[in-house]
Amino acid sequence: MLPFLTRRLLQLIPTLFFVSVIIFSLQQLLPGDPALAMAGEERDPAVLAQIRKEYRLDRPVYVQYVYWVAGVLSGNLGESMRLKEPVLTLIAQKFPVTLQLALMAIVFSLTIGVSAGIISAVKKDTSIDYAVNMVALWGISTPNFWLGILLIFLFAVHLGWLPASGYVGPFEDFWLSIETTILPAFVLGNSFAAVLMRHTRSAMLQAMGSDYVRTARAKGLAERIVVLKHAMRNALTPVVTLGALEFGTLLSGAVLTEQVFSIPGFGKLIVDSVFNRDYQVVQGVTLITATTYILLNLLADIAYVLINPRLRG
Amino acid sequence: MAASEALVVELGEESPGARAWRRLLRRKSAVLGLVIIVVLVLVALLAPLIAPYDPAQQGWTAIRKPPSAQHWLGTDESGRDLLSRVIYGARASLLAGVVSISIALTFGVPVGLLAGYGGRWIDALIGRITDAMLAVPFLILAIALAAFLGPSLQNAMIAIGVTATPIFVRLTRGQVMAVKVEDYVEAARAVGNPPVRIALRHILPNILPALIVQATISIATAIIAEASLSFLGLGQQPPAPSWGSMLNTAQRFLTNAPWMAVWPGLAIFLAVLSFNILGDGLRDALDPKER
Repeated sequence: MLPFLTRRLLQLIPTLFFVSVIIFSLQQLLPGDPALAMAGEERDPAVLAQIRKEYRLDRPVYVQYVYWVAGVLSGNLGESMRLKEPVLTLIAQKFPVTLQLALMAIVFSLTIGVSAGIISAVKKDTSIDYAVNMVALWGISTPNFWLGILLIFLFAVHLGWLPASGYVGPFEDFWLSIETTILPAFVLGNSFAAVLMRHTRSAMLQAMGSDYVRTARAKGLAERIVVLKHAMRNALTPVVTLGALEFGTLLSGAVLTEQVFSIPGFGKLIVDSVFNRDYQVVQGVTLITATTYILLNLLADIAYVLINPRLRG
Repeated sequence: MAASEALVVELGEESPGARAWRRLLRRKSAVLGLVIIVVLVLVALLAPLIAPYDPAQQGWTAIRKPPSAQHWLGTDESGRDLLSRVIYGARASLLAGVVSISIALTFGVPVGLLAGYGGRWIDALIGRITDAMLAVPFLILAIALAAFLGPSLQNAMIAIGVTATPIFVRLTRGQVMAVKVEDYVEAARAVGNPPVRIALRHILPNILPALIVQATISIATAIIAEASLSFLGLGQQPPAPSWGSMLNTAQRFLTNAPWMAVWPGLAIFLAVLSFNILGDGLRDALDPKER
């Protein structure tokens, strides 16, 4: 396990280095004078001079990069031009909101996606299988912001059961928090559930055709036990790993979902920052998202090795 | 050459392309996808001929009218005909889908070939850069790129294209690794073919099926990405119609004019669905194991 961990951690270094280069390079895409673009509405020469000094815009690009990385490594992601607050503080404020949404979406998609995938595999080539596949195809092809708008119309405007937008934290009012997040979580988890369903189905079909399942059946075990205990346990390992890998997709989806439902999370922060030309925040959010994804990937790999004894070296 | 052609005809054998086409046509859902795509392309190309109104023409007497004989899909907040705007919107979506994936293929395939065929050092370098690009979630990277480049359809296409590139680098590399140990590649190398010729003449044709399937499915992703960027205001700029920006406006009039939110979303759904089911069908039709 230790050699594997060391190798895997060493691999992270070049990946993180290139992530930082890509995100730093975004700044170079700004047309014209970057100080002017970064200042946004501000045209005060003193402010422009301060930006040039702070980001060392008068120095060569590689020097700017070194200073930027040094800042990032010491926890300084810059300051929001608009909100006059450190980017890291802003992210720390918004992240729990998106995390709640993402966790609810994961619970929803695991429940629906995995059970639908198992049923679909067990009932292969029946009308149930076709129906589940159709629903999965629908889930993958529906843009989540459109689904969000339609659900707001149905549940908020037409039926009046749920609020159309806004957010209440779970520690302020638990039930109101559920009310404000249940639709967005469903919307966010929808396509993820469809992806999970497809993967569970194929993993289950593979497991059901394997020798150990045939042996379990030959022993005279009940079909329910064969499916749930023997096939499912083995089929779910890659599916759970996939769950961690799809977290990035979930964060992408959160950008749109939070916009539709006016939820003040991570996604809304990046969109608001884009429109206010608050480039430091855009870079900071992108960097944190990528790092989170890379670390989740690492955890998924470790979990995979822990679950699968054959991979333990 | 003539003799081998005659032999092929005599044995009734068909080319791999013809075989894949025949097997694709056997799959009803793939045919349905293909038909929808053809219709959408025709709608986009013939938009000026089939749209009943000018998509930008405002009518102050027809603001937010529900569907009627005059305006089949209703009108928007400026009295513009929704059917005409949905028809013209197909142009932005399909263009974004095809152009951005073409960008991704143009850069991704050669770099992938280089990684798979170029040796350990180049492979490791390209691999780490690809990992880094894939680490940033697709839409977030596209948003960041579009934000720094400036909002426009052209920049949205570049942003989506760049973001989709590592997918093709990784796919091409993986396919090359699998194919380059095959006997026919070894044989081509043994007779003294230069590496570039081997990559282009012997490897590329054999990895084409996987690339076609991935490109088809990626067009679906690119269409959603363009619609998402336009929905956020980072794609096609008003008053030019795009399905994503139409949905953004529609959200503000959900109480009074819910029909505004139905049609553009349905159009995105149909476009994305058609490329997804065609991609699924192509995967089965091009799978050598199913011969």
